[in-house]
Amino acid sequence: MAKVAYYPGCALEGTGGPYDRSTRALVGELNLEMENLRDYNCCGAMEVKNVHPMLQTYLSARNLAIATEQMGFDTVMAPCNGCYHNLKKAEYELATSEESLATVQELAKKADDPVYNGNVRTIHLLEWLMEEVGPEGFKSRIKKSLNGIKIANYYGCMYTRPRQIYPEKDAGPGSESTYQPHFMDDLLSAAGAENVDFPLKTACCGGAHTLSDADTSTQLVLNLLQAAEDSGAEVIATECPTCHSGLEMHQVRAEKTFGIKTNVKIIYFTQLLGLAMGLSPRKLGIHENISDSIDFLKQKSVI
Amino acid sequence: MAIHEKSLIDVDRLLTHDNLVIDGVDVSGHWNTMITPRTLTDYDDSFEAKIQKIAGAENVHRCWQCGSCTNSCTMYAQNVNFNPRYWIYATRLGLKEEIIKDKDIIWQCVSCNKCTNICPKDVKPEGVMKALSHWLEEEGHTEETHSTTFDYEFWDQIAKRGRIEDSAVLKNFFAKTGQALAQDWLVEMVKRMMKHLPMTHLIHSALHAVFPPKTKSWGKTGDVLKAYVKEQKEAAHG
Repeated sequence: MAKVAYYPGCALEGTGGPYDRSTRALVGELNLEMENLRDYNCCGAMEVKNVHPMLQTYLSARNLAIATEQMGFDTVMAPCNGCYHNLKKAEYELATSEESLATVQELAKKADDPVYNGNVRTIHLLEWLMEEVGPEGFKSRIKKSLNGIKIANYYGCMYTRPRQIYPEKDAGPGSESTYQPHFMDDLLSAAGAENVDFPLKTACCGGAHTLSDADTSTQLVLNLLQAAEDSGAEVIATECPTCHSGLEMHQVRAEKTFGIKTNVKIIYFTQLLGLAMGLSPRKLGIHENISDSIDFLKQKSVI
Repeated sequence: MAIHEKSLIDVDRLLTHDNLVIDGVDVSGHWNTMITPRTLTDYDDSFEAKIQKIAGAENVHRCWQCGSCTNSCTMYAQNVNFNPRYWIYATRLGLKEEIIKDKDIIWQCVSCNKCTNICPKDVKPEGVMKALSHWLEEEGHTEETHSTTFDYEFWDQIAKRGRIEDSAVLKNFFAKTGQALAQDWLVEMVKRMMKHLPMTHLIHSALHAVFPPKTKSWGKTGDVLKAYVKEQKEAAHG
């Protein structure tokens, strides 16, 4: 079993707290091994690349270099799609552009930072769980079925695009797919949920402009919420703190500002898997979600 | 050489005959539309090279105008005037005025990467959209957009401490853009968040805001990166 360096990133330290807590609880329950990435920095999210793309590459390379040079790890695991995307992008860029690699190494020397030398891969929490446990593994450890809750699995933009930086996802049978991702569906169905046929799995929630172009974001989020309800979903499962907060925030905004109410619940996939493993809702941070799913989960006899 | 371009259709160049009968057949109406062509000479043939110098737009010359970017675009589905293919076309021809016409919407690109994902020529249209937004701001055609204000608020925090604190980003962004923090929906959101929240979490969040997270080994990294960006921007605009 591969031990990984865990990169929570800034969102999981803040508004994405429930995702961090449910990730740690789930990983502990599954007896998987991870160690916090030591003294990490922000990956730059969707913002710093607009100041200059090299900033994003550098910030991610610095984190990867901490894992390899200071901790002796060859795998970094990130649950946040934004962090995951940025680290993967840096990995790809530094493997394909000698010029970028030279710039990153030179900047690291100037700043007395660990120097990136490659030999590291980034994986998403979801991919790690598929690799280490998989649907069959989950089936054998389920203590409490999700009782056929109808779920729309929302993967978002950054987990699958651009496909060029994720060649391993389109490697045929058994791999993920950038076009029609299915890992979350596989795990949640093993936990007893019913996945609905959701057409907007990788559509955009407008996260990059969630505050700076709020009306557009509300419209994009409404597309997701309404399509999920049209598909018969009771819950949208998320795997990214930015998507998750965006969905929660604009669900409220749509209701208060535009009078459009939707009832679909927004829950992290780690919280759902944790419930199926018999972990308590408090331990999984379900009471911390803005989208209040507690009564619904009780009604479904899941908690 | 003058550009004679049939696809640069202005609405006022559409000519429709309300009453036209040819050989006894009534051909009045919209299907008989004719378009007055236009011939352009006021283009800037150094414009493409200028945009290419802005990081992210290096590959704009590779475009063969298939339109996959616009076809896949999240924002095009919201507003049909949001047309990356056309802006790339105008950039390549040096039609700055065509870019300036759309100055109030180009910045709205949400970076979903559908265009970069599908582009058969590796143009990276998402990067081109950001480069055009920068150009519009830096040349003074637009005020700083809220998107840019947000980006710099974010980057300033990282440059200082290596990490961000998300409630501070939100608070400072609202202050810088002159928006009230107590918006209806935000108040409602906080209310819903508090509903089940235990006291220990409130204390944790408060501490987080007072002592924002930082990267202890950040040292001079922020300064080195700021110097790099300054140098690169000067080279691009020099």
